[in-house]
Amino acid sequence: MSTILELKKLSLGFGENKVISNANLSIESGDFVCIVGANGAGKSTLVKAILGLIKPLSGEIEYRNGLAHTQIGYLPQETRPDNNFPATVEEIVLSGCLGHMGWKPFYCHKEKQHVKRSLKTLGINDLAGRSFMDLSGGQKQKVLLARSLSATTKMLILDEPSNNLDHKSRRDFYRTLKTLNRERGLTILMITHDLDADDLIGNKIIAIKEGSARMVATKDYLEELK
Amino acid sequence: MIIEMLSLPFMQRALIVGLLIAVCAALVGVSLVLRHNSMIGDGLSHTAFSAFALATVFGFLPLAFALPVVIVSSFFVLRLSKNRKVHGDAAIGVLSASSLAIGTFAISVSKGVNIDLNSYLFGSILSVSWLDVLYSAILAVIVIGLYLFAYHRIFAITFDEDFAKSVGVKTEVYDAIFAIICSAVIVLGMRLLGSLLISSLIIFPTLTAMRMSRTFKGVVAMSAAVSVVAFLAGLFASYITAAPTGATVVLANLVIFIFATILGRITK
Repeated sequence: MSTILELKKLSLGFGENKVISNANLSIESGDFVCIVGANGAGKSTLVKAILGLIKPLSGEIEYRNGLAHTQIGYLPQETRPDNNFPATVEEIVLSGCLGHMGWKPFYCHKEKQHVKRSLKTLGINDLAGRSFMDLSGGQKQKVLLARSLSATTKMLILDEPSNNLDHKSRRDFYRTLKTLNRERGLTILMITHDLDADDLIGNKIIAIKEGSARMVATKDYLEELK
Repeated sequence: MIIEMLSLPFMQRALIVGLLIAVCAALVGVSLVLRHNSMIGDGLSHTAFSAFALATVFGFLPLAFALPVVIVSSFFVLRLSKNRKVHGDAAIGVLSASSLAIGTFAISVSKGVNIDLNSYLFGSILSVSWLDVLYSAILAVIVIGLYLFAYHRIFAITFDEDFAKSVGVKTEVYDAIFAIICSAVIVLGMRLLGSLLISSLIIFPTLTAMRMSRTFKGVVAMSAAVSVVAFLAGLFASYITAAPTGATVVLANLVIFIFATILGRITK
């Protein structure tokens, strides 16, 4: 496996308040990494820095293997739009293609085909014309995952995607992620709060505690917890 | 009666400016309302009132003075609304009240200046000039052009700003463009519809359209259509009742909103 993302001596924070200091982490292509840590530890700050949404205080983030920060599929922590947002599933998933459209004002055949594939991969192609506000919580999350898939062929970053999902929808959602990771070779970084074995489905863990971020194998981390 | 109404030059000007501003306000309103920023329009309209009053008292050109003042205020308000440490709605409330107070105070203490406070607050059909027509046409070309060129990016920002940013959409640039356009809509529309009522032109059409359509495209198109129909009905009602145009346009918007809500409930 080759390195797709490397963080070198990365420090993150806001003004004087340093959240993560001197992190050195390396993500390989095809990794499924869970990011864990207490509330306010800096998990969301870390992924936002990787996405280029915030600037590091110091250090570097290197994107490799043709990856660019605008071509990472991102599933934000909360669904920003309220449940009554007027939009069809297709309108939402198409917006994932904006990162590789340049200044083109309209979606072309290529983007529309890409969206069809994303919807089909997640088994929700029958929802394309449906209104977002009419969907269940699990379906909405899949639609937002499809939007992230439209943005990338290499890496997904998910910020607590299981929030607001019931147990069945959560298991179904994780099964989908595992399939994407194994069958399509997508590298996945996922923030999670749940420390039960069911949720820690990745092969590696980034544990953030008191400003330091370290990477360990999932099985070793689970051993540490016992 | 309609032909007679349209033969009057001041009505022709009011009709053109009103229609153009109605479309612009509705288009800008879709994004503001859906991002829960609709009160920004209200805060800015009060700032515009204060700026117009000060310009008149000190003898500045009203439009040339009010537009930059409102644009600067819009950046300030937008910044506040994104700052999680500050309660954006409270800040807008303070801005609105302070602006209204400054404007009213300036008008009250100025001597030798004859200002009709009512026309500032509720609008006056007689105050629209051919220069306003020109400015409104330029604004409409910019707003419609922006929607045609950047529709999908506007959708992405409105639906989920963080995601839009992550795929490289320059959200700050669009925020700035929207702030400038919103300011221009308010400053140009205020003389016709009044500072107390102009912001409803930004809010009402979207709320009504959301009861009639469940897609973003539908809401954008419906919002513009509702805004145009409400303006025409309001202008006509204003002509036959001699009531301020701002009030009749808002009432027309209210009637359409209630009708759309009832229709939405029945057809659900």
